[in-house]
Amino acid sequence: MTMPRSGWRNRGHAGWWAFAVHRVSGVALALFLPLHFWVLSQALGGAAGLDAVLAWTDQPFVRLSEVMLVLFLAVHLTGGLRLLIIEFGGWRESWQPMAIAVAGGAATLCALVFALNLG
Amino acid sequence: MTQQTDPHRPATLSVRVWRGSGEGAYAVYDVPRRPSQTVLDVVTHIQRQIDPTLAYRYACRVGMCGSCAMTVNGRARWTCRTHVEAVAADDALTIGPLAHLPVIRDLVTDMREFFDKWARAKGAFVPAATHALTSSPSPMSAAGPSQGANCTPSGGSPAARAASVGAHTAGRGEKKSGAPAPRIAMDDFVRIDPASKARRAADAAIECIGCGICYASCDVVAWNRAYLGPAALNRAWTLHNDPRDGARTERLAAIAGDAGCHACHTHQSCTERCPKKLAPTASIAGLKRAVAQALVSGELA
Amino acid sequence: MTRARAQSLLWLAQRASAAVLAACVGVHLATMIIAVRGGLTAAEILSRTRGSVAWAAFYGVFVRAVAIHAPIGIRTVVAEMRGGHHRVVDGIALVFGVVLAVLGTRAIVAVTGT
Repeated sequence: MTMPRSGWRNRGHAGWWAFAVHRVSGVALALFLPLHFWVLSQALGGAAGLDAVLAWTDQPFVRLSEVMLVLFLAVHLTGGLRLLIIEFGGWRESWQPMAIAVAGGAATLCALVFALNLG
Repeated sequence: MTQQTDPHRPATLSVRVWRGSGEGAYAVYDVPRRPSQTVLDVVTHIQRQIDPTLAYRYACRVGMCGSCAMTVNGRARWTCRTHVEAVAADDALTIGPLAHLPVIRDLVTDMREFFDKWARAKGAFVPAATHALTSSPSPMSAAGPSQGANCTPSGGSPAARAASVGAHTAGRGEKKSGAPAPRIAMDDFVRIDPASKARRAADAAIECIGCGICYASCDVVAWNRAYLGPAALNRAWTLHNDPRDGARTERLAAIAGDAGCHACHTHQSCTERCPKKLAPTASIAGLKRAVAQALVSGELA
Repeated sequence: MTRARAQSLLWLAQRASAAVLAACVGVHLATMIIAVRGGLTAAEILSRTRGSVAWAAFYGVFVRAVAIHAPIGIRTVVAEMRGGHHRVVDGIALVFGVVLAVLGTRAIVAVTGT
């Protein structure tokens, strides 16, 4: 067999999960954006055009996706701010675990507020 | 004499060891347990008592040289400082070569790519100035031959070297009349404040012994073949913070871009795994800042 | 311009656009949470945005920043999926940026135009 590469034992620490979440959320948002712009462009057909699409978004699956997208947006934002602080503000070893926790927590809170508001 | 550390644990350890190169398989060996046994002890026992064809590297055995770095239960570690008790909780031990490097045989990897990238990151000190010859009167002309012998410049033109030899020779005999002998300009030592920001930054990263554990732990090294890696960039950062170094601009150009510091995604696996408790993540973030400043100032063309 | 400088400028552009987006996304998230209470109709959205110079300016900045930020990120992701960077990957990223800019501008016109 081929020699196994560096595996999951090298991952699984906080910094790595923060990266994974940042990457997954970033790719998801990037793929979602063209769709988002297209939906908004339906307003070119007036309010009726946009309403037709918005009606489709009333389905529970779509509602759930919206909450996920808000979570992705919020977590990508907070994670990104953490990175900007590390890269431009300087590194303090003791701040790192807290920074990741704060980033994750703030984003989750934001998504929860959005989800609860939907009802 | 085999002594049990814990009478309830089995007397032997079942150890899987990678045999082969890029292609191969794990072989299983039974190794007697001993108190305070390290993974290096285990590998050594296999090679000396069971299978002499096993290839592995070690040198100091005491956590100073980094030669014994291997993958132990999926993580890169110094095997001489990894106690079996700490990693083989369920009596299972899997030992393989360091990841992300070509395997020569068994547990031995080809480290050339690791050190080539170190060189490509300009990870070597380049003096900012060399000693120059001046033509002022030399107190050295009255000095004995032994003092003269220390003053020959290593660089310079053959004429300059001949002139210094001439100065040396002139020192041995009586003073010659006419033009004073050329002397070496002896500078003061460069004064570096150990508490300065730059020196503290360099000191925080200077203890790297090039063991390769960070390189083996970094996913970006696996995903981006050109990536210089945490160790090379960490070393570049220490030199960037050394005011005696003269290759600052070239080094910034060497470590910037897709293969350099900008490829780091702050996974922090390097910082997690470094046995010297260094933080290459911090060094690389520092390099990013330095490059940003150089972009704005025009230093990075 | 050397490759090192060009690639470093890409990185800097991504970080600069990130800073801009941090502000834009903050406003956007707040808007969504406040505005989407109990459901949202097209008329509700458009009544706020149609003819608004302020919203057009805001989303104009937003779309431009996204059209810089997202493609540079995608460039890295795709490069790492294939083991390294390549001109083709740069091309894909560039096309993606143009698509975002065009579709985004169209959306702004749709939502804020009169």
